[in-house]
Amino acid sequence: MTPSTTHLGKDLVGLEPLSGDQIRSILDTAEPFKEISERAIKKVPVLRGKTIVNLFFEPSTRTRVSFEFAEKRLSADTVNISSSGSSVVKGETLVDTARNLEAMKIDMVVMRHGSSGAAKFLAERIPSNVINAGDGRHEHPTQGLLDMLTIRDHRGRIDGLKVCIVGDVLHSRVARSNIYGLLKLGAEVAVCGPRTLLPVGIEELGVHVFRRVEEAIEWADVLNILRLQLERMEGGYVPSLREYNRVFGVSRARLAAASREILILHPGPMNRGVEIDSDVADGPHSVILNQVTNGVAVRMAVLYLLAGGRPESAEAAKTGGEA
Amino acid sequence: MSPKAMVLRGGRVVDPTQGLDGVLDVLLADGQVAGVGKGLEVPEDAVVMECAGMVVTPGLIDPHVHLREPGQEHKETILTGARAAAAGGFTAVVAMPNTDPVIDSPALVGFVLAAGRRAGGARVYPTGAISLGLKGGRLAPVGEMVEAGAVAITDDGHPVMDSGLMRMALEYARGFDIPVADHPEDLGLAKGGQMNEGLVSTRLGLRGKPNASEDGHIVRDLLVAEFTHGHIHLQHVSTAFGVEMIRQAKARGVNVTAEASPHHLILTDEAVEGYRTEAKMNPPLRTAVDRDAVVAGMLDGTLDIIATDHAPHHYDEKEAAFDDAPNGIVGLETSVGLILTHFVRTGKLDLPTMVDRMSCQPARAFRLPGGTLEPGSPADVTVLDPERAWTVDRNAFVSMSSNTPFHGWELKGRAVRTIVGGEVVFDLDR
Repeated sequence: MTPSTTHLGKDLVGLEPLSGDQIRSILDTAEPFKEISERAIKKVPVLRGKTIVNLFFEPSTRTRVSFEFAEKRLSADTVNISSSGSSVVKGETLVDTARNLEAMKIDMVVMRHGSSGAAKFLAERIPSNVINAGDGRHEHPTQGLLDMLTIRDHRGRIDGLKVCIVGDVLHSRVARSNIYGLLKLGAEVAVCGPRTLLPVGIEELGVHVFRRVEEAIEWADVLNILRLQLERMEGGYVPSLREYNRVFGVSRARLAAASREILILHPGPMNRGVEIDSDVADGPHSVILNQVTNGVAVRMAVLYLLAGGRPESAEAAKTGGEA
Repeated sequence: MSPKAMVLRGGRVVDPTQGLDGVLDVLLADGQVAGVGKGLEVPEDAVVMECAGMVVTPGLIDPHVHLREPGQEHKETILTGARAAAAGGFTAVVAMPNTDPVIDSPALVGFVLAAGRRAGGARVYPTGAISLGLKGGRLAPVGEMVEAGAVAITDDGHPVMDSGLMRMALEYARGFDIPVADHPEDLGLAKGGQMNEGLVSTRLGLRGKPNASEDGHIVRDLLVAEFTHGHIHLQHVSTAFGVEMIRQAKARGVNVTAEASPHHLILTDEAVEGYRTEAKMNPPLRTAVDRDAVVAGMLDGTLDIIATDHAPHHYDEKEAAFDDAPNGIVGLETSVGLILTHFVRTGKLDLPTMVDRMSCQPARAFRLPGGTLEPGSPADVTVLDPERAWTVDRNAFVSMSSNTPFHGWELKGRAVRTIVGGEVVFDLDR
């Protein structure tokens, strides 16, 4: 594996364009960065002097905070812009926002936007590194990466594992990043949910489709349970939250029927009692909080690599060198 | 004052209405075609236009354009649109009424007509709305609008969702011998869609419009036209099933005409890859199966007419995230080159059939003068150079807008002269 085959290029827009080697390289680079967050003084000088803007056009707590910690622990200077407090609400276009940021000579932009393709749009128009923190229903690559890192931590591998994504795949950028990433790392991937919430042609991406969650549980080694957004009910995709929980909710009773232990992931925020029951979320096989912890390490790895850091130098970089 | 007489000498004259396809002269005088033949008697002071190696056709007609005036003059005006049409080889266009204000009264029809006459480009034929304000409620004053010069009624951009209103429109329009043009789309099925629903939309995470959203509406329109005996004109057909339903309806004798647009004849939804907003239009680009069916329908005459759905948008509006960009592309200045290059040059379409789809049939469907070089018809003529190689350059358009997915395409063949009422309104080499 040479640096040229794992080099990420300027941006991280999604996992679909990446190779398996590139994805493994990010996960491997995240390993040494995990330890930084365990220290008393959680700061290394890897991105000292770099300016990063966190540009959030949609509300987000978890992802924004996770990126911000990753940036600060690497000593970058960061600015947060969210749509409620910016010129975005004054009607400024995405392209003007981008140009203004560019004029301020920033190094990286982390963007969350409600429109699919927005990250690519930005990446094509500014020379700064762009990291997609979620674009519409397209991709959320760092979430996919942290999910894979968490699975690898607990199962020792990804190749050959059976992972089922349960819930609202249609509207989910997390689902797409998981599908692309997991398939590239050799997992078998399935989706399960009401047919109204599965996009047409999903099978052609190379995934199995389960109609019923019981079948998915019987098959899977890992369940990644997606949040059911409440507006889906208003949109008529599901009749009621109660029915969703009864038919598609992951409960302890359903898991008990499985012939093996199933690892439980959820990208958060959870609707307890809807897509996941509390005793599953808090149960022995839930790794939901490990996902959150890994999120910081994965984002540090992505920031480091896009800033020009080499995967094999990550350990050394922690103690002094800059990217 | 009528322009001087003009003779187009030695071109290949293609006029399917008279079964003409050969090297002939065309004489224009007093704003009319005075004769087509060999060794015509030509007035001494006639202007001679040498057309050796050229193709001389009845003026091309695009029955589906958006000229944006009144209300959106930052995208296009009637003047720039009429001149862009002339630059693309069209001698007449039919302007859609979805402007601001909507063309739903005789005064507004008159405004479009007058601005078109002043434009010095292609003739501009107005249409009126089916429903007041395109709201899908009450009928607009159809008779008064026709009297003022409207050649059809349409709520284009807004499908007529209420089947009862479509019945009224088709029945009422029969009394005025005009077509009712509909944009077939079931808004319930298409809700929120940004592109064709399929593998590409799933991969890109964009909301899709299924074929059925168009298919069902086409079937509805055909059924209503069948029992009312009205003339339904189906705009920009993009689905295989839709083409087949129209084919069957024609076989049953339903009074239907239909359009194919150059982009649906050439591109598929893969053109959207990379979130290219210049490939965003409504109906959306669909799969290769649909594209091939639209081609077959155009070739066998199920889709009578090639129409561009010229839809100019300011570059700022298309320079946006895909969800936020408006639908539509400009088409007037690329249509002839695309059809000549991708259909005539490849042997799929012969020149007489191209002229039929781009001149004779539009004239017939909309009851327009022209579409023929019969003596006594308007002196509207297009001169094509089938060998002229050129590259589509969106920055060189006469249109105010540049939203095209064909920028940079190498084409062979284009219109070199456009003559309206005996006057040269476009000359590529001047």
